[in-house]
Amino acid sequence: MAQGDRKKPGTADPPWVRLALIATSLAFVALFIFIPVIAVFTEALRNGVGAYFAAIVDPEARAAIRLTLMTAAIAVPLNVTFGICASWAIARFEFPGKQTLLTLIDIPFSVSPVIAGMLFVLLLGVRAPVGGWLADHGIRIIFAEPGIVLATIFVTFPLAARELIPIMQAVGSEEEEAAVVLGAGGWQMFFRVTLPNVKWGLLYGMVLCNARAMGEFGAVSVVSGHIRGHTNTMPLYVEILYNDYQFAAAFAVSSLLTLLAIATLIAKYSLERRVVPVKQEADDTAVNVAA
Amino acid sequence: MSIELRNISKKFGDFVAVDNVSLHIETGELVALLGLSGSGKTTLLRIIAGLETPDSGEVLFHGEDARAVSVRERKVGFVFQHYALFRHMTVFENVAFGMRVLPRRARPAEAEVGRRVHELLKLVQLDFLADRYPSQLSGGQRQRVALARTLAVEPKVLLLDEPFGALDAKVRQELRRWLRRLHDEIKITSVFVTHDQEEALELANRIVVMNQGRIEQIGSAEEVYHHPANAFVYNFLGNVNLFHGRIENGRVFLGDTAVELDNTHAHAHPETGKAVLYVRPHLLEIVLRPNGKQTFPATVKSINPAGPQVKVELVAAWGDLVQVDISHERFELLHLETGAHVFLKPKEQKLFVYQI
Repeated sequence: MAQGDRKKPGTADPPWVRLALIATSLAFVALFIFIPVIAVFTEALRNGVGAYFAAIVDPEARAAIRLTLMTAAIAVPLNVTFGICASWAIARFEFPGKQTLLTLIDIPFSVSPVIAGMLFVLLLGVRAPVGGWLADHGIRIIFAEPGIVLATIFVTFPLAARELIPIMQAVGSEEEEAAVVLGAGGWQMFFRVTLPNVKWGLLYGMVLCNARAMGEFGAVSVVSGHIRGHTNTMPLYVEILYNDYQFAAAFAVSSLLTLLAIATLIAKYSLERRVVPVKQEADDTAVNVAA
Repeated sequence: MSIELRNISKKFGDFVAVDNVSLHIETGELVALLGLSGSGKTTLLRIIAGLETPDSGEVLFHGEDARAVSVRERKVGFVFQHYALFRHMTVFENVAFGMRVLPRRARPAEAEVGRRVHELLKLVQLDFLADRYPSQLSGGQRQRVALARTLAVEPKVLLLDEPFGALDAKVRQELRRWLRRLHDEIKITSVFVTHDQEEALELANRIVVMNQGRIEQIGSAEEVYHHPANAFVYNFLGNVNLFHGRIENGRVFLGDTAVELDNTHAHAHPETGKAVLYVRPHLLEIVLRPNGKQTFPATVKSINPAGPQVKVELVAAWGDLVQVDISHERFELLHLETGAHVFLKPKEQKLFVYQI
């Protein structure tokens, strides 16, 4: 592989082209990623470390952090459950509507989050039939925590499934069949064979899902109603602080989200290195099967 | 445990994989399902294992209906074509798997599991690899681990899907002999699927030749090789030359040459009509002069002296390509060269004639 990647002298670009391409890429990354990230932390610490921590431990900030964590804590497990079910169904069974399901899974990616939020408001708002009925029974969805959780689940649900489907397909069902022939029951097969084979992909999906769940703005903004201390997640709270000209506080809370993003990237990077070999190994097997 | 299949059929969509197959396998037999890919042999094996459900027909284990018994309770050992070793487990854990998933009351103690695993790994001569992962093993080693893992659950029936298909020729030979010995030792009813006729002939007590979902012939190696039931079996087991001729009054004509028919092999040939004649390359003789009635002229096209026999390719007078295997001694005696005009003569009357 390494040899194939190396360019032959005849097709190599002249030095100035290479230099220009590399310089452009680096400048771009510096301008749009590196400088803003540094800026977030400098702005956050502008009024000193004391002010930074004061902004974070502020009751409203703490409420926003709590809501964000709770939302992620609900959305991620549900997402993983859905991801495993959907990927299993798609990788293992032939059923009518399989292609449709594959397409539908992608909808949250292709629809603007704001529209997703609107959808929930129209469906579950107090004036909508379903929402009205629920409100009569004392259940508030829109402009309350359940709405935020619902919207978050909607925008994140393809993440684990998308990650798992190709891995499950590549791993194949032979090992599962072997487990059953050896006397394993359904759950034993799942926990001892299926899950270990896809665990890195699953973790990777969870990391992506978690990052999206905590950082989601659009859909959540529509259904939240921005009630301070109640229905503000961290991204929404950042916006409110900013609109109130509390820049240092806004950046302090932003820095937490930025740290989350950096942690996600590190996790993503280290998981990718484990997921790729699994895929390759599975591909090798597939090649052998073909041969 | 004996296995009885009665009128088994299985379709995948429009494709008929198994078409009304009946087969009886005695306790302790080693049976080969031999056929090309797509002949339904693997599907039949998977039906015996319970991994596929037949559309119709019955599967009986020891005279009892096995369809009601789930895969995990059938007590069959299945060795997959690509071994299907658990890639995240060590060799030890792979072999121990069958014991670890037993219901708690039947599960042996850890020490017992360890003892059994090492016993099995010794049996397959891989005890020193217990801590390795499947990806660190060679193909032949993986195959033997797969077998040890299967034997760990003490199956009543051993089913092997192309057990040596993915191995190189040398290892294949070795494992074949090893499996034969193992079977002689533990006497477990075994069925293996193969497309390699040599493997089937060498290993099996009985061979089931399959084609397009149906059984063409069941018999010992001797029977299917020397007394093929039909043209397909003759054609499939070993190299064969195929001549188009015609039958007139019980005699077969190839071009202008008449060939006498042997009674045992002239199966149901009509008095007159077109016929296809099959002759194995080693059952033809090259002579320099016409000799008796049954010789026909041919021209040498190419000679390949590599191997235990010299492979000579000729063109018969009526245009068919003919492959003839002769001994090196005979080859030197004949002084054959490309382009030489010679005569071919069937050695025995072991010709196989098939009517059209």
